[in-house]
Amino acid sequence: MVAVNPAADVPTPTVRRRPGGRSLLRLLILVVIVAVVLYPLIWMVGTSVKSQEEIVNNIGLLPERFTPGNYTAGWSNFDVSFGRFFLNSAMVSLLTVIGNGLSCLLAAYAFARLRFRLRGMWFAVMIGTLLLPQHVLIVPQYILFRTLGLVGGDWPYLPLLIPQFLATEAFFVFLMVQFMRGVPRELDEAARIDGAGPYGIFRHIILPLSRPALVTTAIFSFIWTWNDFFRQLVFLSQLQDYTVPVALTLFIDSTSQSAVGPMFAMSVLSLLPVFLFFVAFQRMLVEGINTSGIKG
Amino acid sequence: MALTTAPDPTRRGPGSDRAHAARRGPGSIRHSEGLAGYVFLSPWLIGLMGVTAVPMLLSLYLSFTNYDILTPFSEVEWVGFANYERMFTADPSYWHAVRVTLTFALVAVPLKLAAALGVALLLNRAWRGVGLFRGLFYLPSLLGGSVALAIVWVNMFNRDGAFNSLLSLVGITGKPWVNDPDWALQTLMVLAIWQFGAPMVIFLAGLKQVPTELYEAASVDGAGRFRQFRNVTLPMLSPVIFFNLVLETINGFQGFTAAFVLSNGTGGPVDSTLMYTLNLYITGFTDLNMGYASAMAWVFLLAIAVITAIFFSTGRFWVHYSDGEDR
Repeated sequence: MVAVNPAADVPTPTVRRRPGGRSLLRLLILVVIVAVVLYPLIWMVGTSVKSQEEIVNNIGLLPERFTPGNYTAGWSNFDVSFGRFFLNSAMVSLLTVIGNGLSCLLAAYAFARLRFRLRGMWFAVMIGTLLLPQHVLIVPQYILFRTLGLVGGDWPYLPLLIPQFLATEAFFVFLMVQFMRGVPRELDEAARIDGAGPYGIFRHIILPLSRPALVTTAIFSFIWTWNDFFRQLVFLSQLQDYTVPVALTLFIDSTSQSAVGPMFAMSVLSLLPVFLFFVAFQRMLVEGINTSGIKG
Repeated sequence: MALTTAPDPTRRGPGSDRAHAARRGPGSIRHSEGLAGYVFLSPWLIGLMGVTAVPMLLSLYLSFTNYDILTPFSEVEWVGFANYERMFTADPSYWHAVRVTLTFALVAVPLKLAAALGVALLLNRAWRGVGLFRGLFYLPSLLGGSVALAIVWVNMFNRDGAFNSLLSLVGITGKPWVNDPDWALQTLMVLAIWQFGAPMVIFLAGLKQVPTELYEAASVDGAGRFRQFRNVTLPMLSPVIFFNLVLETINGFQGFTAAFVLSNGTGGPVDSTLMYTLNLYITGFTDLNMGYASAMAWVFLLAIAVITAIFFSTGRFWVHYSDGEDR
């Protein structure tokens, strides 16, 4: 992550303290906080493999008898299987990744490298949209997409995806602009001397060198879309089109206690991809949030 | 930092651009670059117009109508300021939602930031375990906004949930907190505070930038740990505190998912979790009162703009920017 976060890799010049009472106390406090922070997650996983009886009676974190049946029960709890919901979520998330990567990269290149009229104004507008709450736009967007016949059609994901192919996630545009500003301009100059125009410079210099920013964008847009609920709730109305978060809310409707185990099982499964991303890209995620801090 | 980044120093004003273009004439490098600029910008521009600007104007128009999605546009009735009047004078549940949202933000955001800063201070030393702790504390920020975690949270504070199990260990009989109008919102606040990892990571980065000479100088002057924290750490960290405060407040106002899950989309029990955005959703998409919901959206937008402006105008008095510190 060149330039995006120059401070991240600079070691703190603090002298390492000898292990004494003070640092032991600090470690102890940290371990307690970790326990509090992780408790809900461990409880979630434990409950997902408890039998119905144990969920009510066993107050321990882990089950006495391992009951994986909740997973099969939850998987086919509704008329449409969770496999379908997972496929829908994966499709929406992956297409969002592609859309954000492409469109934000193009916009960022224009802002970071090209000179054109009103650039300063457009850049200010882009920064302005960073803080625009999506809830403000949801009603008119719904009306517009519905008027265009895109809501509840054969393929109802267009209202979710069209904005992502039009660089509306200003956060990623901003992140990429910051990144590209760190790419040495001498490379552009060299390419220009070799006869490359703005398109050639984009293709041969900026695109290959922007890989780290693209990877950060891809990871964050996958996780955010995978976890997103509001837009998917508004735009998806048919059971077979539901994504995982929308499908999970169906469990809440069924008030019977017997659904708790399967509901937890499917909740665990739905968090699994995000968790795996976390394990694989932990450093990058933490430093990505560092760079720009937006959302979490 | 998103909000304070200076514009690219190489940028020229539109005036000088025009002057150059005129001097060189069409066909020059500058001209083709200007064209290329708009080619590369075009997806964003289309998005800005189609997905942001036009919907905003449409929303402004609708806020003066009684539009529901069922009547055709030709029959939409212009009602003037009636929606705004109703909101401010005749809709107690609207004000209730405003109160719920403000309470949530005023309690949860400071506590979350305090937790974030406290843990960041504990972690702010170079030692081997830091990376692991930092990652573990950050994990809830990645998972916490999801429906799945909201479901877990609601059950954790329900009658048979983990929280009551812990209470029973010390002999306290709990209750179904999420069904109690006096406690439901508090469980959502705890969920928000639990996600302190994201601001914590930003605090950690800020702490790394405080020059150690300042601490050495302070300790030479006889300042103890508390004085050092008050007179060195806090002022040096104030830009980061400001950044976190603005972002977390704006995010706090927009809490939706957990309130929706807890109340099954109703804002209950007894409207105790009726967050502003949930109220807006119910008005627009359950009651199909889209004109009124648009008016709510505009007031929301203006309120956020005003609050952000207040933050920025008061920031001058307590945010300390030192030279060379550009985060």
